[in-house]
Amino acid sequence: MVYLTRKCEFSASHYYHNPEFSEEENRRVFGKCANLNGHGHNYTLEVTVKGEVDPKTGFVVDLKDLKEILNREVLDAMDHRHLNKEVPEFRDQIPTTENLAIAIWQRLEGKLKVAQLHRVRVYELPDLFVDFYGEP
Amino acid sequence: MKAHLTRRYIFSASHRLHCDQLSEAQNREVYGKCNNPHGHGHNYALEVTVSGQVDAKTGMVCNLVDLDEAVRREILDRFDHVNLNQCAEFESAVPTTENLSEVIFHILKQNFTSAHLEEVRLEETAMNSFEYSSD
Repeated sequence: MVYLTRKCEFSASHYYHNPEFSEEENRRVFGKCANLNGHGHNYTLEVTVKGEVDPKTGFVVDLKDLKEILNREVLDAMDHRHLNKEVPEFRDQIPTTENLAIAIWQRLEGKLKVAQLHRVRVYELPDLFVDFYGEP
Repeated sequence: MKAHLTRRYIFSASHRLHCDQLSEAQNREVYGKCNNPHGHGHNYALEVTVSGQVDAKTGMVCNLVDLDEAVRREILDRFDHVNLNQCAEFESAVPTTENLSEVIFHILKQNFTSAHLEEVRLEETAMNSFEYSSD
């Protein structure tokens, strides 16, 4: 079994706000992130897939295919977008890095023909990242 | 759904690797330059990984403000800009980064309970890093 990780970057804006909370509660729980005018990040996404190395090609996965899937499923939908307003998953979910990692996993799951999705890692900042392994 | 969240912190500390049970010559042989009696220092990078169910209301595994506050109070205030050999935790243990990782893990385990502590990862330099988890 070999693990392969592909990295890419995207930039997006968001805010954290739960309509079930009072304004005071939103500010207490989400702090500066509750500003409804939004703010943004340069996100780094690392997608790790695992599988047996194909004896003919020497590949776990064809990187061209993986790159194409990442572009289509993630970057086209999220790069230079407002996550709350333009990405359907976040109409009724808060676009935290946790939920972003889960949403990206769900967008990628089942799209690869040969390898298996192992981990989605999303950096919101160089000192803050979330890993999702598809665990319930 | 269960997610893992990792936060990275920096602190700077000095230490000397020296074991009282070894002779001076043995200490020099085992620890090399790290046995210099005057000590030396590092910029340590600490990565703390916690895990848990993502809360449906907040979208969070835990509130980052609480994690930052616990790490600042329990780890950074204790170990930043100090000589590790002088710390109570290293009265009878050599302050290697292996031992420091284990000490940090157990301090955080006791003092941060808002999410499950999975692992601490400690970089002593850009070339050396150590991971400790309860397994």
